[in-house]
Amino acid sequence: MSLLVETTAAAGRPTWETVPGRIAAVSKETHDTFTLQVEPPPGDPVARFRPGQFSMLYVPGVGELPISISGDPGHRELLTYTIRSVGQVTYQIVTRKPGDFIGLRGPFGTPWPVEEARGKNVLIVAGGIGLAPLRPAIYHVLRHRGEYGRLVILYGGRSPRDLLYRKEFAAWGMLPDIQAMATVDYGGVSWRGHVGVVTTLFRHVRLQPAETVAMLCGPEIMMRYATRELESRGFAQGQIHLSMERNMKCATGHCGHCQMGQFFVCKDGPVFPYSQMKPYMDLYEL
Amino acid sequence: MRKKQYRLHQSDLSSLLENLRRRGYQPYGPQRRDHAIEWLPLDGIHQLPAGWTTTTAPATYRMQERSDQALFGYWTGPDSLKKLLHPPEACLLKAEYNGGVRFVRQAPAEVKRAFIGVRACDLAAVAALDRVLLSDRWVDDIYQANRNGALLIAVNCTSSAPTCFCASMGSGPRARSGYDIALTERVGDGSSEFLAEPGSEAGASILEELTALAAPAGWEKEAEESCQSAAAAQTRAVDASSAPAVIDRTFDHPRWDQTARRCLACGNCTSVCPTCFCVNIEERNALDLRSAERLRVWDSCFTQAFTYIHGGSIRTTPKSRYRQWLSHKLARWQEQFGMPGCTGCGRCIAWCPAGIDITEEMAALEASSGSTYPTGVSTHGN
Repeated sequence: MSLLVETTAAAGRPTWETVPGRIAAVSKETHDTFTLQVEPPPGDPVARFRPGQFSMLYVPGVGELPISISGDPGHRELLTYTIRSVGQVTYQIVTRKPGDFIGLRGPFGTPWPVEEARGKNVLIVAGGIGLAPLRPAIYHVLRHRGEYGRLVILYGGRSPRDLLYRKEFAAWGMLPDIQAMATVDYGGVSWRGHVGVVTTLFRHVRLQPAETVAMLCGPEIMMRYATRELESRGFAQGQIHLSMERNMKCATGHCGHCQMGQFFVCKDGPVFPYSQMKPYMDLYEL
Repeated sequence: MRKKQYRLHQSDLSSLLENLRRRGYQPYGPQRRDHAIEWLPLDGIHQLPAGWTTTTAPATYRMQERSDQALFGYWTGPDSLKKLLHPPEACLLKAEYNGGVRFVRQAPAEVKRAFIGVRACDLAAVAALDRVLLSDRWVDDIYQANRNGALLIAVNCTSSAPTCFCASMGSGPRARSGYDIALTERVGDGSSEFLAEPGSEAGASILEELTALAAPAGWEKEAEESCQSAAAAQTRAVDASSAPAVIDRTFDHPRWDQTARRCLACGNCTSVCPTCFCVNIEERNALDLRSAERLRVWDSCFTQAFTYIHGGSIRTTPKSRYRQWLSHKLARWQEQFGMPGCTGCGRCIAWCPAGIDITEEMAALEASSGSTYPTGVSTHGN
């Protein structure tokens, strides 16, 4: 596991110190999902993130949530978050207006293994909102295109109207040496793409397991099947990386909520090598 | 070099309080309140529970009079130093609205408190909290401020309660480290004397100021012997070294279901546990809606909301929550922090309204944990 997090996270700053972030823009991605651009205080370490890390976003008087950063790690003047409005706090965040302020802490957690993946192919497998935490890794690969082999992006959503970043996704697919495919559970009459769970896309792509690093984020059930599928296709456990989700209150390993066996998902994760998660993936109510 | 050991008379404890106050410490001590022993500010030695003891058993805690006037003749009460070092409620941050929003956070100030009568198990609990809250990647500055100002005066246990199992956890009954002064009470006729050993420079300098009397030869040996007989008298035990392996192979053991039928998921065990550190965050809005406070409050892994994420909670059943709690105490903590999360204080046994006994649970798991329940195999469909 990468120890670099210790230097890139806001270490040295008291755990609960929160800085104001000014909302620069709110845009609607889908019927329930929004992307926010937040301007951190100039030069603040809260913006020094690596792909896969998350921030704690705080709406005063309402609450605080861990939200993955979904923007380009090469553009740190604005922090980007893609949020599905499903609860009190997420609703309050996505209904903020430009010029409003929210509280920021972080960045926290382990990053995607973009350094390890250098010189190799990258396979991205995303489910639903899980594409958001993976997008910084995609941006990283695109920005350093020569340092990586093929980039395969497989994305599953519930229905066409739930797919994120649709224009951008289509544009990724037009770039050389990139394969980007989406599939949905329910297509509807106008959908002409794939229908089925994301693992059904595996047979359409050339995976080259020996030279590929896989990064997965989505519902646990999706990652459970995707990891099995990848293993059966010859991926070693150490080549597969997952981003896990658990309840988090502090992000620093002190509130206890995010424990998963021996791990605190907030500080030992959220990105784990599959070798660490495999013993836990099938344990019900762990 | 052997540390100098002192002899204190009961009346010297008043001078000790005086000395501590002069050094800027607010003394705290165990006191009898609401039929239980509780840590409270100590104004005088007369407030110590002289002549009182406690009897404990699963789901039972009672105060009873002793036949002598021992000052420390009781065992641990429902609270511990956790209450004072890692308080049940603390303000983390204030948000003030002024057109925009301003976040105000005051660095917590050091609080100087001297705790008189800390048991060996509770010293171990402080060491466990130190490890989690101070020696991990991030530091909890509220705990740090409280901990930096804490002076710990231990009292060795020369007898054990029926619920004690500190000997098996390696944390007691005698204080071995982590104290400033360790006392061993020698109950006499009407008043007590104490063998006093310094454990730090501060402790040594306090004792040096208090008395010139060295402990008589033989007192140290007698103290060691009484602590050893207290250890030998313990009827409960957990095999701390084998516990992680036992827990690993019993994830689907039927014992968890049986215990879950008794467990009320009330969270008493986590409240009284001196090492349970989990917290939740609450928002408190000012009535004029011009500011809000973020409050950190104790939480319990026995609540449904503890593991809630969008779509539902991870641990929906009391079975899974009890399993999480016990597994964390005796197995996962070891992996996370290199030490057990249980000190053998026995509080969770006495304060569980259903009388669920962690030592009995471990014994039951161990007795029937053959190869039938390999780790990682779930009996639940996916």
